[in-house]
This record gives sequence, C-alpha cells and structure tokens, in this order.
Amino acid sequence: MERVRAILLIAGVFFFALSFLLMGVLPVVTLADVPTLTLAEVAPRVQESFLDLAERWPTAFTKSFGEPTLDAYHAALRRGREIYIGEGCWHCHSQYVRPVSNEGLRYGAVSVAEEYQNEMQRPVLFGTRRVGPDLTREGGKRSNDWHAAHFFDPKSVVPTSVMPRYPWLFEPVVGNVLPTPPNRDGLALIAYVQWLGTWPRPEVEAAAKEAP
Amino acid sequence: MIPPAAVTAPEAGLPLVPLVDLQLVRRHLLAGFLWLLASMFAGLLVSLQFLGRYPIDFVEIFSPGRVRMVHTNLVAFGFLLNCLAGMAYWVVPRLTGLPLQWPRFAHCNFWLMQLMGTALVVMLLGGHAQAVEWGETPVALDPLVALVAVGFFINIGACMLKIGRRPVYVTLWYFSAATIWTALTYLMGNYLPQFFVAGAAGGAIAGLYIHDLVGLFVTPLGWGAMYYFVPLLLNRPIYSHALSLIGFWGLAFFYPLQGVHHFLWSPIPMYAQYGAVVSTIAIEIVVATVIVNFFLTLRGQTDQLRTNLPLRWFYTGMVLYFVTCLQCSIQVLLSVQKIIHFTDWVVGHAHLVMFGVFGFWLFGVIIHLWPRLTGKPWWSHQLNVWHYWLSTAGLLVMFLDLLVAGVMQGFEWRNMAPFESSIIASVPFWAVRTVAGLVIAAGQICLAWNIWKSRGALARAPMVPFVEPAGAGAKPA
Ligand code: HEC
Ligand code: HEM
Repeated sequence: MERVRAILLIAGVFFFALSFLLMGVLPVVTLADVPTLTLAEVAPRVQESFLDLAERWPTAFTKSFGEPTLDAYHAALRRGREIYIGEGCWHCHSQYVRPVSNEGLRYGAVSVAEEYQNEMQRPVLFGTRRVGPDLTREGGKRSNDWHAAHFFDPKSVVPTSVMPRYPWLFEPVVGNVLPTPPNRDGLALIAYVQWLGTWPRPEVEAAAKEAP
Repeated sequence: MIPPAAVTAPEAGLPLVPLVDLQLVRRHLLAGFLWLLASMFAGLLVSLQFLGRYPIDFVEIFSPGRVRMVHTNLVAFGFLLNCLAGMAYWVVPRLTGLPLQWPRFAHCNFWLMQLMGTALVVMLLGGHAQAVEWGETPVALDPLVALVAVGFFINIGACMLKIGRRPVYVTLWYFSAATIWTALTYLMGNYLPQFFVAGAAGGAIAGLYIHDLVGLFVTPLGWGAMYYFVPLLLNRPIYSHALSLIGFWGLAFFYPLQGVHHFLWSPIPMYAQYGAVVSTIAIEIVVATVIVNFFLTLRGQTDQLRTNLPLRWFYTGMVLYFVTCLQCSIQVLLSVQKIIHFTDWVVGHAHLVMFGVFGFWLFGVIIHLWPRLTGKPWWSHQLNVWHYWLSTAGLLVMFLDLLVAGVMQGFEWRNMAPFESSIIASVPFWAVRTVAGLVIAAGQICLAWNIWKSRGALARAPMVPFVEPAGAGAKPA
C-alpha cells in the first residue's frame, strides 16, 4: 500500500478504471439502444426561419449560402454551432431544462436523453452556468429580426442585458446605415439558435398520444 | 529522525551531488505566477462585462466569451500546471534522493509548456475552443497539452520508479498516483466526448473530466505538497500515519466517482447521478480525517501560524479546503441543486477551491522556496504579509458575495420572475465581485513587486542542495 508500483496499479489504474466503468461506460450502455442520429435526421427539412433569412437579407444570404437548400441549411447549422462554441455562448447559456424549479414552465418541455443523442451534441452542450436564459427551446421563440438586432447589440432590445455584442457577425458598416445585414457567420448563428428545440421528438409525441 | 532524502536514498553520501535543479524550479514557479497574473487580468476584464462596462467589446478577439475561457484555462494549464511542476521538481528529488534523470528534457518541457500556454491564449482568442468545460483547449492543441503534462510526469516518475520496491513517503503516494490519473483523465475528457460519445453519456464523461482534473491532477499534487512542507516547517512528523493512509486511499477511491455531480437533474441516467451524490458526501468524511491529521500535527504550535508565513498560507488553505468540501456535501444534495445550480453560487465555489485552496498552498510554497532558489532573502517581509491579507480578504469577500448572489438568482428563477429582474438584482453583487477581484489583484502586485526587488544574481545561483536541519523530515514510511 505504500509502494510506488502498487499505488500506480491499484489507485492509478484500477480505481480510475472502476470509476470510468461505473460513471462513464455504464451510462453509455444504458443509452446504447438510443440510436445516435446524424444532422440530416435531426434537421430533416429546411425551416421557415431559414427561408425567412434568405428573403430578408437576399444579398448577404446568396453570397454566403447560395440557395436555401437542405445542404445549405446543414452547413449553416454546423457553422452556427462552431460559433456558439468558439464565442463561449455555452458558458453563459445552458442547454438543458431540468424537471425542477418551474423550469418546464419557464423554458418549455423538460429535456430527455433522446434529444441529445445526435452529432450536434458531440461534445454535449449542457452548460453549467446561466448568466442568460436556457436556450434548449429557443427556436421559434423570437423572430430573425430580433436575433439580428440582439446579436448586434443586446442592449438595443433588452436594455438591462449583460450579454456581449457581436458586431463582427455582421457586414461592415458603410456610412451610418444600421443595422447592417448579418454576414455568413451571423446568418449561421441565427439559423442555429432558431433550430434549437425544433428537432423532431417522436418518443415524446408518442408518449403524449398514449396519455389520455 | 532522519531527513526523508536519506531515508530513501539508494546510496549514502548522495547529498553531495546537486540534487535539485534550482533554475528549473525557479523558472516554473515564476512562469506559473506570471500566468496567474495574466489569468486574473482576464478575470477582471470579464467581470466588467457583468457590469455592462467592458471596455473593448467591439474587438473580436477580446470578446468577453473568449476571454472567459482564457481566464479559466490559464488557471489550469498556466498557473497550476507550472507551479505544481516547479513544486514537484523540488520535492521529488529531495524525497527520493535522486536528481532528475534527464535535466535537458525537463528544461525543454518547460519551454514547450510556455509555448503551449501562449498557443492556448492565441487560439482561444481566435475563436477555436473545444466544447469541453475546462478542456476548451482547441482540439488541435490537445496533443501538445498532453505531451507537456506527460513530459512533466515522466520526469518525476523516473525518480519515483527508480526507488524500486521500498515503501515511500505519503507525498510520493499522491504524486505517483497523479501521474497516471492526469494522463488518463486528459485523454478521456478531450477525446471521448469530442469524437466518440454524443449526448447525455458524453456529458457524464465530460463531468468526470471536469472533476478529475481538479480531483486527480491538482488535488493529489497539492496534498502531496502539504505532506511534505508542513512537517518540514513544523519540524515534526505528521501526527498519524494511519490517518494518512485513510486519507490517500479514500481519496483514490471516492474522488474519481463524483464527476456526474456537475450535471444533476440532467438527462444523464439517474443511477449515475445518485452514485455521484453518495460518493461526494462520502469523501467529506475522508477529507475530515486528513484535516484532523494536519491539525493534530499542529497541536501545541499554533503560535507558528502567526510567525511563519508559509505555514499560515498552508493552514489557511486547509481551512478553506474544509469549507469547500463542506460546501460540496451540501450543494450536491439534489434538493439544494434545484436552487443553486447554474447560478453564481457555483462560481463562488470554483474560486474558493482553485484560488483559496490550491492558489494559497502554492503561494506558501513560493514564499518558502523563493529565497532558497535565489540565494537571497525576501526584499520585504511586510509586502508578503500584505499579499496574504489582501488575497485572503479579497477571496472571502468574493466567495461570500457570489454565494449570496447565487441563492438570490436561484429563487428569482424558481419564482418565475422575468429574467431581467434577476440580472438587475445581481448587478450590485457583480460590482462587489469586481472590487474584491481588484483587492486580490493588488495582493498579487505586492508579491510581484517583492519578487522583482528580491531578484538576485538569478542565472548564476549555484545548484547546491539546501541542507535541512536534522529531524525535519516526516515519518519514515
Ligand atoms: C456574458 C454572458 C453571455 C454570453 C457570452 C452570451 N450571452 Fe446570450 N444572453 C445573456 C443574457 C444575460 C441574456 C438575457 C438578456 C438578453 O436577452 O439580452 C441573454 C440572452 C440571449 C438570448 C435571448 C433569449 C431569450 O429568448 O430571451 C439568446 C438567443 C442568446 N442570448 C444567445 C446567445 C448566443 C448565441 C451567444 C454567443 C454568440 C450568447 N448568447 C452569448 C448572456 C450572455
Ligand atoms: C482577479 C480576480 C478574479 C476575478 C475578477 C475573476 C472573475 C471571474 C469571472 C467573471 C468568471 C466567470 C463567472 C461566470 O461565468 O459567471 C470567473 C470564472 C472562474 N474563475 Fe475567476 N476571477 C478571478 C480570479 C480567479 C483565480 C485566482 C482563479 C483560480 C486560481 C479563478 C478561477 C476561476 C474558475 C475555475 C472559474 C470558472 C467557474 C465556473 O465555471 O463555475 N479566478 N472568474
């Protein structure tokens, strides 16, 4: 118990492996019958909000994504997620609604494991801090306009906000015409935020049908 | 009693060869401290965002979200990694009686570590984070981080393995276990959730990573340092060897099981959450034995806390460690989680552990070692005392302030108040946090100034072993 090799073996390897089995592998096994979905499966069709982006800012949109096809939509969602991670949005916003503290009332349906079993949650974006509200069910809550104005300068829509502004997600300002249209990254982030929570939830819908 | 080096040294007469590479230790401690200053600057900047006063939010690379990641990552991979390495490069050769086996390699590793830190800052500010909390190091940089950490552990591990089959002192139990743990933790946390395991199960692994980085890398190295320095400074052995054994094996068993407590009430399978809660509470009992052991070691000598500054740092850190763990066992309860999760309560907890415990211990190490590393006494004892009081006062204010803020936020949210209402109510707390941060920063400037003024003929300081007074060692194993 006091020799280097014994410690390396028992504490270092064995205890670590034990914890990894119980706390890491076992949950994987429990969730193994939930298939891990691809982006095409969690975003099966182009959303209204994405078409709206194409109509609202046609020049910027065409330059960034061309036509609002399903492929373009998927590209936008992937890019939007990258920005969400790179800008550290997930340190101020969580992505899970807990079954306690009235969160179901405040943020929408409580999260279930099935919703996270897809490539857009690898790594999972649960988050551990809510400086701002939970974003699990953000899609469709606000208009594209609102998000654009909010990302450009959150204080312009919510005067008390402490959210940072993201002017680099917009075309450069020429003269003093504000707001400028979102650039490729801005469009992608709006598409991503509008997608959150709008994915198909067959297991939840089935359960709702069974309930009287 | 005999000094530890002599206990385990394979041959007699070893202390005649240079044992500790003073320059290496000095470099690591100094680099770590500089990273801490950088990290604090980042923390102060971010705290201004919470007051709506962020000065440079129009500059893309200094966006508060990115700077926050710089703040937390520099704490782990700048400050802690460097200072813990410096500490270990001093302790391990003296406990094993063996100098580092490949000094060149250790120095290369030092420079690689600084390169990694710099690349980390550049890439995070460039917007290339990885979505693993406390592992935001971009995927492309992960191998380098693993490389320098493993490099450090190979250096101390070589000394420890050379001892062979003999029993070793408590410190080396912790250090040797940490070598394997850190490597496994880092690989697990940075690769599995990124490439293999999606969703809730990936979240469980990410939780293990967050917790193991604290519990299996920083904590064992920190406690190892305590078992080495405290008996030395008190000039008496640790009170109970049995309690040391319980402390080590309890930590080794229960600590790795706790990770999932970062995501309670989440879609992670509930049995994992219950298991994490139980083991989190179990470890408080283990921690209590360790604390008791150290306070009994102090018995009859409490006077020294007044006169011996490094010792005061160590024991302050230990008291705060106990507070942290007590807080853990309360906040981990599922009912308490309902209110405090996602709030500033957790941020207060994080600062208490990372700064109030491990930061404080490393300050004690720096204050104790620096004169021995440079061959010059501290320029001013008074400045070091100021450093102590400013850091401690600032930290306590920050901690209590965030605690109260967290409870308030939790109830505002549960009571369905509009989100803005909780923000408006939090602003005064966030203002106090910034002020407390300024106080802490002022303390660090005292130390920085003192280090600057105490600089000796740094490059030429000779590599002589520092002779401990007889009986300064701890209990022979
Ligand atoms: C410093 C913390 C912080 C960061 C970083 C941050 N936010 Fe926010 N966010 C907030 C706060 C506070 C609010 C609530 C006030 C408001 O609506 O502006 C908010 C609100 C929001 C809302 C509106 C939610 C609603 O429906 O009321 C969205 C959407 C949002 N943030 C998205 C993002 C995205 C995307 C990013 C990353 C580019 C981000 N946030 C980064 C703090 C932050
Ligand atoms: C100058 C003093 C400091 C200030 C003003 C400061 C400020 C901050 C801020 C604003 C955050 C983000 C909190 C949030 O998202 O709500 C943070 C997080 C954090 N800080 Fe500091 N900080 C300081 C010093 C330190 C030190 C010295 C350490 C460790 C040695 C540290 C460790 C951390 C950690 C681990 C987190 C992450 C907390 C979490 O995610 O829960 N900070 N800090």
